[in-house]
Amino acid sequence: MSTPLLDVRNLTAAYGRAQVLFGLSLQLHPGEVVALVGRNGAGKTTTLKAVLGLVPATAARIAFKEHSLLGLPTYRIARLGLGYVPEDRRIFTDLTVEENLEVGRRSGRVGLSPWTPERLFQLFPNLAEMRGRRGNQMSGGEQQMLSIARTLMGNPAAILLDEPSEGIAPVIVQMMGEAIRTMKAQGVAVLLSEQNWAFAAGISDRACVIERGEIRFEGPMAQLLANETLRAETLGV
Amino acid sequence: MSLLIVHDLSKSFGGVVAARDVAFSLEPAEMLALIGPNGAGKSTLFNMIGGQLRPDRGSVLLDGEAITHASPQERFRQGVGRTFQVAQTFLSMNVAENVQMALISRHDESQALWAPARDRHRAEALSLLDQVGMADAADRPCSTLAYGDVKRVELAIALASQPKLLLMDEPTAGMAPRERAALMDLTASIAASARVGVLFTEHDMDVVFGHATRVLVLLRGEIIAGGTPDEIRRNPRVKQAYLGDDHALARTA
Amino acid sequence: MDLSFLIIQSLSGLASASSLFITACGLTLVFGVTRIVNFAHGSLYMIGAYTAATLLPRLLELSYGPVSFWTGILITALIVGAIGVLIEVLLLRRIYGAPELFQLLATFGVVLVVQDLVVQVFGPQDILGPRAPGLRAPVEILGRRFPSYELALIAAGPIVLGFVWLLLRKTRFGILVRAATQDRDMVASLGVNQALLFTGTLFLGAFLAGLGGALQTPRVSANTGMDLSIIAECFVVTVVGGMGSVPGAFLAALIIGQLQAFGILIFPKSTLVVVFLLMAFVLAVRPYGFFGRPEIVGGTHAVGIVSRTPRASGTVAALIVLALLACLPLVSDAYLLKVATEILIFALFAFSLQLLIGVGGLVSFGHAAFFGLGAYGAALGVKWLDAPMEAALPLGILFAAAGAALIGAFVVRLSGIYLAMMTLAAAQILYAVAFQWVDVTGGDNGIVGVWPSTWASPRNAYYILTLILCATAVFILKRAIDAPFGYALRAARDSEPRAEAIGLNVRRHRWLAFMLSGAAAGLAGGIYAFSRGSVDPSLLGISTSVDALAMLLLGGIQTIAGPLVGAGVLHTLRDQIMPLTGLWRLFLGVSIIAMVLLFPRGLVGTIRHWREERA
Repeated sequence: MSTPLLDVRNLTAAYGRAQVLFGLSLQLHPGEVVALVGRNGAGKTTTLKAVLGLVPATAARIAFKEHSLLGLPTYRIARLGLGYVPEDRRIFTDLTVEENLEVGRRSGRVGLSPWTPERLFQLFPNLAEMRGRRGNQMSGGEQQMLSIARTLMGNPAAILLDEPSEGIAPVIVQMMGEAIRTMKAQGVAVLLSEQNWAFAAGISDRACVIERGEIRFEGPMAQLLANETLRAETLGV
Repeated sequence: MSLLIVHDLSKSFGGVVAARDVAFSLEPAEMLALIGPNGAGKSTLFNMIGGQLRPDRGSVLLDGEAITHASPQERFRQGVGRTFQVAQTFLSMNVAENVQMALISRHDESQALWAPARDRHRAEALSLLDQVGMADAADRPCSTLAYGDVKRVELAIALASQPKLLLMDEPTAGMAPRERAALMDLTASIAASARVGVLFTEHDMDVVFGHATRVLVLLRGEIIAGGTPDEIRRNPRVKQAYLGDDHALARTA
Repeated sequence: MDLSFLIIQSLSGLASASSLFITACGLTLVFGVTRIVNFAHGSLYMIGAYTAATLLPRLLELSYGPVSFWTGILITALIVGAIGVLIEVLLLRRIYGAPELFQLLATFGVVLVVQDLVVQVFGPQDILGPRAPGLRAPVEILGRRFPSYELALIAAGPIVLGFVWLLLRKTRFGILVRAATQDRDMVASLGVNQALLFTGTLFLGAFLAGLGGALQTPRVSANTGMDLSIIAECFVVTVVGGMGSVPGAFLAALIIGQLQAFGILIFPKSTLVVVFLLMAFVLAVRPYGFFGRPEIVGGTHAVGIVSRTPRASGTVAALIVLALLACLPLVSDAYLLKVATEILIFALFAFSLQLLIGVGGLVSFGHAAFFGLGAYGAALGVKWLDAPMEAALPLGILFAAAGAALIGAFVVRLSGIYLAMMTLAAAQILYAVAFQWVDVTGGDNGIVGVWPSTWASPRNAYYILTLILCATAVFILKRAIDAPFGYALRAARDSEPRAEAIGLNVRRHRWLAFMLSGAAAGLAGGIYAFSRGSVDPSLLGISTSVDALAMLLLGGIQTIAGPLVGAGVLHTLRDQIMPLTGLWRLFLGVSIIAMVLLFPRGLVGTIRHWREERA
């Protein structure tokens, strides 16, 4: 197998003294979509945040493109090409759609056509119609699209996507699925934290099942789809 | 009469409905779990019962008395104890003092200016700590405890008010798996022996199905199901709420 | 009062509003992005005024004309902007994560340093800048003469607002600043280097402060008091407008300009009071100002004292110290006794502040209010009621406690930065009253002839009286800290939700703490008044508040004995160093900055830490 783009080994994390992750490992390879699935509160969001250094964490290794991320300031991690779309979207509500995209803009990898607002508006046609609108006048689904588009403006090699389908109308979830497929086609790897099992199963190559801060299963999505016992035990489906 | 009666409680934030006509009741010694996906309105409901939030409509009755608009302080005096999702203790005090502080408040001595606090109600504090298995740590600074122990101390603080109703927001969040069952076993035994009604939210389904006597499922601010753990486990609506609409797969594929 | 008069008055209000806005806009921008309330902003303004007043005449000598004048203003602003960058890189960058109290103190350290440096560089005398070429002659408006430079100033405010608006809307830097004001962690997640953004913001903020100061020079002489007076006004503007909001600052400056212009007609002696009352009113109705947001206010980051097992050795040590202090008159001369008396007074003053900060986590930046009220209460009793010392001292305590009850009732609704700024503002109101209400308070000259009763007049008798009163007060406060009341304050500091959930009425306890602390500070103030024989407005000033804070910081905020030791050490140092050098404030400022950066535990805290490390 190729060298992983993102390599996490033995990750533990805690909020204050409340421990959430207990020695978790996972890998993300170039151009693949990996779903991090598990129940509410299992530690999915914390895993993503810990990789980015947003929560205090220790690990034997967190490497992206062979650069260790441990102790690196968040902005340096982002500049290495690791994008992040947080669960609560965190768009800048005082800024317009175009200004939000501007904040995310960074020149990216050589040789690939960079993301531009125009290309992103093709991917998310809804945003094109409201480019001058402020974030606080957008629906949850539109904010989610903007948050993803904003991260893509940094031309990342991989994106950590936290619960993109949460609280969003089915039609927009569908659009989100297409967007993820488009990213994949562009060579962007996606690590997806998801509670919506059906959504995750439909778009991911591989799955990591997380339970109480530990990885219970890691392998091809097809294998998890076939293993009903494991699914019932860890996900209840 | 039920210990806690929640009647048609509603709350919205700027047009977003967080709770819609929520109604349920809770009996003494009952362990009632409140579950639901993220954003279902569990915290909102919890904070309306705890007094941190004002409901738009509806009422909350404790032992037949309306406490809908009572402050957290007043609820404490009427017998509501609570623990928080991220344990809230007084980190600058030692373990016994944390419990003593709650006892001091219960005895209305918090404005006393002369006799030292550390000598007050210590015996009672120690016996409460003994109940939660923390008596040996009485003189340790609270800031040096492991998180599981902090949760136990918090439980002792909540019990200091001699509560009729105990509200526990994600009691096992942040604890190591093996500590979780122990804390909930402890809670259940206290609930049974002191006839305390316990309302708790929880993510860990093992905790819910292993310790709750009854389960309520909340989705988009509404209760969609209620019943024994077994009933809930078999309920198709609950499965769907938690695990996503099966048809979404067809649509996105 | 005819119409033309009202219009002229209103125009001059607009002119003040303009220059106030330009300066305050910088403060609010810096706060929005860095979350630090930069006390040194007023110092940057002062540097701007001095620099312009020195630079402009030379430029005009080279070539007289408006171009030289306005170029000089711009150069001044750029120089001040560069100084802002220096402050960011050397100091602020190191304290972004520090507790608020330390941030406030460190930037106040810069204020002290700049005060002395300005005198060193520009000389002690006030400097009036040249009048602007082309704007020297007054214009006639509705038959009244109005200075044309004021008209230029009126235009300058909206012009700056326009430029700042363009910068924030149309440049990448501006968009990043706005984004960071809302959510700086997310901005970092998108790959933006915060350090550069912060430095840039400080440059912009300092540039605006420098511009504001430079524009003042043709109207007001550059003087050494302008830093604190402008910073107090800027606080009002930013708090009323909403911290971090530029349009809010503009609106607030407009209102305050008009209020001052017309307030002077109705209450000729109380312009400052009117302004601060506006702030109190706005905060009571809208706790986050016109356009402020709750989430912008940072956490409280409480640092303070923790439980310790009482040890007999501590009591013994305290008794020995007390006995030695009681024997002091046997061996020392009158001068030493005077110094010792003052140390005791300041020890009580600092200790009373410890109840609020170390125990309650309430960062009061206006503790001078209660010290001054105690002093003035006693002095007014002597002056107007012919009260003897025995009656005047309790009157002072009563004054201070009543003031603390009033101020406390307002500020216990607030927390963190807002509480610090409101207590500072409250102290400034009282300062203004004492300064401006000459008939009653004697204004700048204060009240003289406040002497102790005959039995207490000799130095050593007064010293012993001070020792007894201060030791008793400290003992009572110490009991209160160890009693349930002090524990309840600490409980609310450690975890407000938990304190409420166990039935504690947090606001009520904090309000009582203000009264208790205020009464003790008032006693210190009263004793101080009788020891000096006079009172003056400086007792209510910011520097008195900072003295108490510096003593607390020096001794150690986490310890009970800290403020007592801090008062002793700081006052002794001052007594030794002040006669040797004119640079006491420089020394004090550098010490405060050094303590925050290197030595945040303070003397007592550090010694204890060493002991515990070894154990």
